[in-house]
Amino acid sequence: MLGRLNLDAIPTDPITLGGLISGTLGILTVIGLLFYFKRWKWLYRNWLTSLDPKRIGVMYIVIALLMLLRGAADAVMMRTQQALSSGDSQGILSADQFQQVFSAHGTIMIFFVAMGLMFGLINWIVPLQIGARDVAFPFLNSVSFWLFAAGAILVNVSLGVGEFSAAGWLAYPPLSGLEYSPGVGVDYWIWALQIAGVGSLLAGINFFVTILKMRRAGMTLMKMPMFTWSVLTSMILVIFAFPILTATLGMLSLDRLLGMHFFTSDFGGNPMMYVNLIWAWGHPEVYILILPAFGIFSEVVATFSRKRLFGYTSMVIALIAITFLSFIVWLHHFFTMGAGANVNAFFGIMTMVIAIPTGVKVFNWLFTMYRGKITFATPMLWFLGFVIIFTIGGMAGVLMAVPPADFQVHNSLFLVAHFHSMVVGGVLFGFFAGLTYWFPKIFGFKLNERLGRYAVFCWIGGFILAFVPLYILGLMGATRRLDHYDASMGWQGLFIVAGVGGAIIMVGIGFQILQLAYSILMREENSDLTGDPWDGRTLEWATSSPPQIYNFAHVPPVSDRDAFWALKQAKTSSSEKLHYESIRLPKNSPVGMIIAAFSIMGGFALIWHIWWLAVACLVGLIVTIIIRVSDEHTEYTLPASKVRKLEEEQYV
Amino acid sequence: MKRKYKVLFFALLATAAVVALILYLKTSNVAVLNPKGVIASKERDLIITTTMLMLIVVIPVFILTFFIAWKYRASNTKAKYSPDLDHNRLIEFTWWAIPTVIIVVLSLITWRSTHELDPFRPIAVNKKPITVQVVALQWKWLFIYPEQNIATVNLVQFPVDTPVSFEITSDAPMNSFWIPQLGGQVYAMAGMKTKLHLIAGEAGDFRGSSANISGRGFAGMDFTARSSSRGNFNSWVESVKSTGSTLSLDQYKMLAKPSQNNKVTYFSSTEDNLQGKVIMKYMAPGVFGQAGYQDGSYSEYDSNGHH
Amino acid sequence: MNEQLTATDSKADKTVFGFWVYLMTDCILFASLFAVFVVLRGNTFGGPSGAELFSLPFVLLETLILLTSSFTAGLAMLAVHRRDNNQVLAWFGITFALGLSFLGLELYEFANLYQEGNGWQRSGFLSAFFTLVGTHGLHITTGLLWMGVMMIKIYRQGISIASAKRLTMLSLFWHFLDIVWIFIFTIVYLAGDIYG
Repeated sequence: MLGRLNLDAIPTDPITLGGLISGTLGILTVIGLLFYFKRWKWLYRNWLTSLDPKRIGVMYIVIALLMLLRGAADAVMMRTQQALSSGDSQGILSADQFQQVFSAHGTIMIFFVAMGLMFGLINWIVPLQIGARDVAFPFLNSVSFWLFAAGAILVNVSLGVGEFSAAGWLAYPPLSGLEYSPGVGVDYWIWALQIAGVGSLLAGINFFVTILKMRRAGMTLMKMPMFTWSVLTSMILVIFAFPILTATLGMLSLDRLLGMHFFTSDFGGNPMMYVNLIWAWGHPEVYILILPAFGIFSEVVATFSRKRLFGYTSMVIALIAITFLSFIVWLHHFFTMGAGANVNAFFGIMTMVIAIPTGVKVFNWLFTMYRGKITFATPMLWFLGFVIIFTIGGMAGVLMAVPPADFQVHNSLFLVAHFHSMVVGGVLFGFFAGLTYWFPKIFGFKLNERLGRYAVFCWIGGFILAFVPLYILGLMGATRRLDHYDASMGWQGLFIVAGVGGAIIMVGIGFQILQLAYSILMREENSDLTGDPWDGRTLEWATSSPPQIYNFAHVPPVSDRDAFWALKQAKTSSSEKLHYESIRLPKNSPVGMIIAAFSIMGGFALIWHIWWLAVACLVGLIVTIIIRVSDEHTEYTLPASKVRKLEEEQYV
Repeated sequence: MKRKYKVLFFALLATAAVVALILYLKTSNVAVLNPKGVIASKERDLIITTTMLMLIVVIPVFILTFFIAWKYRASNTKAKYSPDLDHNRLIEFTWWAIPTVIIVVLSLITWRSTHELDPFRPIAVNKKPITVQVVALQWKWLFIYPEQNIATVNLVQFPVDTPVSFEITSDAPMNSFWIPQLGGQVYAMAGMKTKLHLIAGEAGDFRGSSANISGRGFAGMDFTARSSSRGNFNSWVESVKSTGSTLSLDQYKMLAKPSQNNKVTYFSSTEDNLQGKVIMKYMAPGVFGQAGYQDGSYSEYDSNGHH
Repeated sequence: MNEQLTATDSKADKTVFGFWVYLMTDCILFASLFAVFVVLRGNTFGGPSGAELFSLPFVLLETLILLTSSFTAGLAMLAVHRRDNNQVLAWFGITFALGLSFLGLELYEFANLYQEGNGWQRSGFLSAFFTLVGTHGLHITTGLLWMGVMMIKIYRQGISIASAKRLTMLSLFWHFLDIVWIFIFTIVYLAGDIYG
């Protein structure tokens, strides 16, 4: 009846239990507050069933930030374990727990924090920036979000029911195969990613079509804002890479569910094929995340230097070059597998070539600042932190692109430090900059600058303190993922320093939470009534903050790359009485949420081998989709009079 | 004025940090930067050359970043402001060109060094190499000396200045075989044989470990790589031979069972072609006495591969 | 009126374009499975190879059925453009029947292999075979489900602009599956027969 699910699945050790209890308490508090303030209807109508990309974006970001806390808690446990677990001390975690913690940390940070923040920001800004009222497929957008949410929930369920994968964030077989990981951990990993991955793929298609088909007339490709360009290239990567992930995870699950032999060592399976496939997705994935971050920095640097972006054409060429190259470098993740020297050298050189367009982008940003009038608002500080950390990380990256050098640092903490430099210093700092920059657009008030600055300084200082020791430890021969090491290694001091760095980053996160709370409390003082708090350059600043559901009553004309800046320079006053037209909008829909519910239950059923439930969920999914596509009344019209009323109200 | 001191202070702090870092790296035992063999030395040199080449670009970037950020701050009213300056062919060409030149140089270095330091390539020394067959197990390393017909666990000894030809496989999840002071790592995979050629330039004990997560006992997969004089090595082989325990196939199956933090163990003789059999059991049914899938049903084979 | 028409047109245009993009992602999914199949083709682990298992005449029959169904789907689409309800239903009905018989034959082949002890657990080669061909079969099943729902809709309500757009996508999907099958036929069965 319940497959392999029984009472043993509930954890009893204090650390997991602690996480579980604090998580449950958090959820109960939220539920309690919703009851107390009678906000259920509000939540359902304005948020959960909304098809407005701005609101969907907010929901993406809320989940991503919650998952950031979970991932950060995992990071704290890892730093504590490694700072303590030397010689006779075994630290605070068992080997198995430690391995679950780092597997969860990587999975959560990439799939549910970075991807969540990225799709959140894309939802917020891309339609606004191209002068569109919506995305190409608003309902599909909601489904994408809810599949993302379903994956996130499934990861957290593993905390309370069963266990998580202990095979690392990419779960290499044969370790992740049935023989060496018979438990449910790897299955949780597979299904959480499979569900969220399908969501990402659908979102990729959606925004690709949105950008290509829904731009304001006049916005040719070479007049698109740089953030939109970066999203376009990133979505192309999603479209090409995510089907590979779907196929690969599918095959791994078939190995585990049906006893197939894709990736087993014996019976004619081939584990090396998995490593190739997962990186054929995994390497582009890194660029899926970093390209939009580059786009954000392009917007931020131009705005806060009060200057046009330097070298636009170079920037576009660089983006396209990186997009193309990111598909022919995957083998650099496993030079040590013993491919021949020709193969290794080819992939090494291709990898280095990526450094050229990336370097060009950095130079262009610097020259955007050159002869500008730079104000150092928080987004700009994130940018400066990014330049330092990302450049150091990039240097380590090029070093590791030389295969014989890689042999000496591969799988060591040097590698860990390198990719954190890229993913934290590059991706995360970029998204934090974007969050601060666009926050007033979506919520109508700015975040507190002083607390934001403190957060930036803690993050940069903490990062350097946490990861420079890891670079050194890697060179000392410390491999990644060690739950314990011999005291004679002499590593403990550096691990303690890294732990202190981690603590400083946590203080930074604390400042961010404080910043958010304080800014909400003081929102009257920081409110943005103009819609253009930073003296922006692109179309998203040409409407009110927050924008109405339809974004623009009148989409401003586009004649320049910096469309809004050009309008401001031309100073064409729109004092004439405007004529309003009625607008077609999608109705709210709970179907995305229902699909997510079936996906969670179905995933859970497959993890625990509860076959009847899996079949029931599949039938439920099919029926839900048929009902939805048979519904022909999915849109409504906002009459011109209502539009006029909304527009006039907001300028009162 | 006050701001200027602040900037100066941070610049000094940064310089001090970098100097401290370099001093730390020089004085402490950083395995990769402190090689004890030709291969590791060449790899260290490669790391340093590559880093230096990249610093040609990176240092100017850092200086430019802070210089431009400082000079064109909004409060500096003396600085020029050209809001519409958005391209310059020559300048853009320059920074496509400079990184390209550096990458071309690096590519040449990469091509040459990748071939020269290919782990599968025997070391060109006028000395007969010694062969050591390595099997990664859950969670220990088995070293088989086919020429000496002995085997050890978690300790591998070899003569100094003699090329060692490691033939590596796994009877466990994938591991990675790494002795940082002698040279870079290579994966150990079931059903496969990878090779690694190393040489030690001086006598001593060097730490080796597995660099790839392979399950619960992974952190305890340390081993000692010991290089000693030829005479010392020979007498060590004799002492191992006199221990009297043989590594038969049954003994091997016992050894292959998961165990953690294993002590050094010696075997005075081994099953013939043990590593070959370990590899073959993943390639075809019935080689190793494991269950094979035959005519739709599992059937047992004995250790010689007969029914 | 005129303006509204262009609005719906551009929307249909967007949807069909989006569907093309989706088909491309599906293409990559199949490409991954094909690549895996080619890598694992020789890994029989002592079990039978493709040449020993596959019957070419049988597969040729499957192929002919699927090709014919693509042709009848094309005829159905011509009828959609003429807005001829009965013809649409008739041709899609035939397409449906052909698709169903293809699926039946495929399942028969699978069941036979399984009963003879050549199931997907036997070797890497067979895992890849069942997964690649089975994934195609799952797509066919989805297509049949979709076709069935559309036929009920047309039977009840006739053809609207919206349903014509959906039928366009359905026929794209069906032709796409046909093309994938041609690749399966060539790479899995024909090449399997030649190279073993």
